[in-house]
Amino acid sequence: MSMILDSKIPEGPRAEKWEKHKFNVKLVNPANKRKYDVIVVGTGLAGGAAAASLAELGYNVKAFTYHDSPRRAHSIAAQGGINAAKNYQNDGDSVFRLFYDTIKGGDYRAREANVYRLAQVSVNIIDQCVAQGVPFAREYGGLLANRSFGGAQVSRTFYARGQTGQQLLLGAYSALSRQIAYGKVKMYTRSEMLDVVIVDGQARGIITRNLITGEIEKHAAHAVVLATGGYGNVFYLSTNAMYCNATAAWRAHKKGAYFANPCFTQIHPTCIPVSGDYQSKLTLMSESLRNDGRVWVPKTVEMAEKVRQGQIKPQDIAEDDRDYFLERKYPAFGNLVPRDVASRNAKMMCDEGRGVGSTGLAVYLDFADIIKRTGADAVSQKYGNLFDMYAKITDEDPYTQPMRIYPAVHYTMGGLWVDYNLQTTVPGLYATGECNFSDHGANRLGASALMQGLADGYFVIPYTIGDYLAQTPPKPVTTENPAFAQAEADVRGRVQKLMSINGTRTPDDFHKHLGHLMWEYCGMARTAEGLKHAKVEIQKLRKEFWSDLKLSGSNDELNQALEKAGRVADFLELGELMVDDALNRNESCGGHFREEYATEDGEAKRNDDEYAYVAAWQYVGDNQPEILNKEELHFENVKLTQRSYK
Amino acid sequence: MAGSNPNAKPMNLTLKVWRQKNRATAGQVVDYNVRDISPDMSFLEMLDVLNEDLLRKGDDPVAFDHDCREGICGSCNLFINGRAHGPESGTTTCQLHMRKFSDGDTIVIEPWRANSFPVNKDLSVDRSAFDRIIQAGGYVSVNTGGAPDGNEIPVPKEIADRAFEAATCIGCGACVAACKNASAMLFVSAKVSQLALLPQGHAERATRVENMVAQMDKEGFGACTNIGSCAAECPVGISLENIATLNREFLAAKASSNNLS
Ligand SMILES: Cc1cc2nc3c(=O)[nH]c(=O)nc-3n(C[C@H](O)[C@H](O)[C@H](O)COP(=O)(O)OP(=O)(O)OC[C@H]3O[C@@H](n4cnc5c(N)ncnc54)[C@H](O)[C@@H]3O)c2cc1C
Ligand code: FES
Repeated sequence: MSMILDSKIPEGPRAEKWEKHKFNVKLVNPANKRKYDVIVVGTGLAGGAAAASLAELGYNVKAFTYHDSPRRAHSIAAQGGINAAKNYQNDGDSVFRLFYDTIKGGDYRAREANVYRLAQVSVNIIDQCVAQGVPFAREYGGLLANRSFGGAQVSRTFYARGQTGQQLLLGAYSALSRQIAYGKVKMYTRSEMLDVVIVDGQARGIITRNLITGEIEKHAAHAVVLATGGYGNVFYLSTNAMYCNATAAWRAHKKGAYFANPCFTQIHPTCIPVSGDYQSKLTLMSESLRNDGRVWVPKTVEMAEKVRQGQIKPQDIAEDDRDYFLERKYPAFGNLVPRDVASRNAKMMCDEGRGVGSTGLAVYLDFADIIKRTGADAVSQKYGNLFDMYAKITDEDPYTQPMRIYPAVHYTMGGLWVDYNLQTTVPGLYATGECNFSDHGANRLGASALMQGLADGYFVIPYTIGDYLAQTPPKPVTTENPAFAQAEADVRGRVQKLMSINGTRTPDDFHKHLGHLMWEYCGMARTAEGLKHAKVEIQKLRKEFWSDLKLSGSNDELNQALEKAGRVADFLELGELMVDDALNRNESCGGHFREEYATEDGEAKRNDDEYAYVAAWQYVGDNQPEILNKEELHFENVKLTQRSYK
Repeated sequence: MAGSNPNAKPMNLTLKVWRQKNRATAGQVVDYNVRDISPDMSFLEMLDVLNEDLLRKGDDPVAFDHDCREGICGSCNLFINGRAHGPESGTTTCQLHMRKFSDGDTIVIEPWRANSFPVNKDLSVDRSAFDRIIQAGGYVSVNTGGAPDGNEIPVPKEIADRAFEAATCIGCGACVAACKNASAMLFVSAKVSQLALLPQGHAERATRVENMVAQMDKEGFGACTNIGSCAAECPVGISLENIATLNREFLAAKASSNNLS
């Protein structure tokens, strides 16, 4: 039975919803706050910010990360910046414009009320971070600097060179460290959550594995917040950190949390191309490079072939023989079209046989013009660290020859379904940051993930969780309930099962195989036929995994292959759901491009009449088709149009 | 298949790797051979090849820490041929590429060696001492919600840039591993300098430096004798000037009325 989803959007005009809601939510009496325990899983931007803020309010927080320190998380790698509707540049930005851009950029598949709130609180984030000592870039006059980023026509992106994620995360980490020192946060590092515990229909705790000793532990609380990041690594190769995985979200899903829009994945146009089979991850070259770099391929297949063979160097190709395809096709936005458009076009060029590099799976990103105009020094000031990184990885000098770039999996818009309060379909279980599905629709704009993670963690969850806790008696919670023993036994059983298969293929081997299927059939361009094929193949691979997995060592020590195996097992289930979702959505929108649904000139063609909804999938049992629940999206403040960047 | 350099020849290497079951057990160096290593591989990808091989044979793969593989998270931490993060300056282990080595080379791979960084297993060490130093005062005491407008206090660009340069520390611990005294001064000084430079950090300037230094001593890190190996081996170029700043801040704090000891 599918269920009608209540997104709990407050009544009233858009600009007043959040203020009113904050007034209407129940408050926990200050003296009672210390009687509530909250578990926060994940200490990236979303989780670190939430854990610190909740502890400041007086709750007892237990925070978990599989990293060795909360100073590390995938968030640390974010390069480009964070958006906020400050309008410091007086260039016409506003809360409404940021809201509008985000809804439009998301191809009209996000919930208006959430996005509006995100734009509203964006301004507070910057203030908070500055107060923490985050060294944002500044102008000579001492005021904060901004740049335009990822297709935005205003300069609203705040940044700290090419290391914005690092500086924001260290800010959240410092706030968290302060609360750890006060004893308000108990920090569990190298501790991986492997299940959620549900007692009487409410989330009341988690089961973890200590990655150093292998010990399985039970932890109880009045509420659980998941801030465990995205699932891009289902594709094996992505720009995500190596350890990013879907396990926490997937286990929650199997305990009743619906998974929304799993097929909405973002492919980032500017990454360093794959160089060989051994490749373990892909490195992003920040989107900001498209502000000054020009994207091109040779005009003809013959010329491209010559470059691939190394017979001619790109810098020696005459202007007339180059095709600056984004500038040609999208004169208004040029190289700054949104990510999905830029990625798809790069793929098209390579499919036509005009790709470059030894594999033919790359296009050029050329800085010759800007270097000529402003000098190498000025370019180095702006992009020095990125150019260095590129040179280190490829052994090529981007100051004298164009970069080679190719799209790579980067971000997952899908995630656990949450209502306006960021609560999942399991009462007491919340999801924040990239782990939830909420704000980016079918495509995320650059510099908006950091904004969302910090908005959720600093400014939303501290209010909305209070509403739930205020309605929960402040009685101590324990792990005595049989649900804990059951969940613990399940986790143990699974670990033992993995250890005992004793087959021939390594976890990495299965992961690579799955990644290949996902990229080929559920990547930049999808077809019904390909998706159906992928589904069968994934099911086969999953069977093989459970009968032919190879591990070594034991489960009571640091065993990185065992950790990996558990994560791959979950990817093998999530992958199939992504395929189902992509197959269900008979339209193209944002990062989801179905070849059958394209306009005459090859652009994504939405179907608003039938698909203006969030697909929230409900788990009913292993190897059974999941149930599709729909949250209809209503647009009161923007008019749905076909996106055009021409 | 090589990406950028089609002529680069695959290499065969001998690895001498530190293997240690856990904190309580003694470790030893074990020799391995790896074959057909592409010069375009990263150092960690080379270890991936070794580990896949070991696992397929039913042996225990070598444990090592890593995550971003982009030189920013500070997870990776290998002591390669006697140098923190290996032969290339200004580079983390994950950004080191095999083209820096030659066919037939023998490569010695050890964990960070410092009493304050006990070994978890093989090449993975426990760096939680760094976290406890930050908890002792490496923050500005500001609760969520109470911050003034971001532009209310202008910060001269030059100061903001210098604060950024100190703040860029990735917390990998190479400074400690490179120092013959296993001193953590560069790490601590980077945070102290960042927050001493920015107006937001001024209120707690004196207590911060005292508390952080006290915790550093408590963790058992060695004394700084101004040799500078830390800065020389720092993958992100944290400057020795920070240590001078720390010393200044520390003396000023001691001289002020609200000192602790
Ligand atoms: C290379 C790169 C550059 C980017 N640049 C930008 C940018 O410029 N601007 C922008 O806005 N966005 C950017 N993004 C996106 C952005 O960085 C991420 O979406 C965001 O940081 C995610 O934050 P998070 O807190 O939700 O998750 P993460 O930072 O991924 O944190 C997840 C946390 O959960 C923990 N965890 C996960 N599972 C478990 C488990 N089972 N048990 C215990 N702990 C667990 C992890 O240890 C970690 O602490 C970039 C992404 C990439 C890949
Ligand atoms: S793995 Fe992140 S810095 Fe090396």
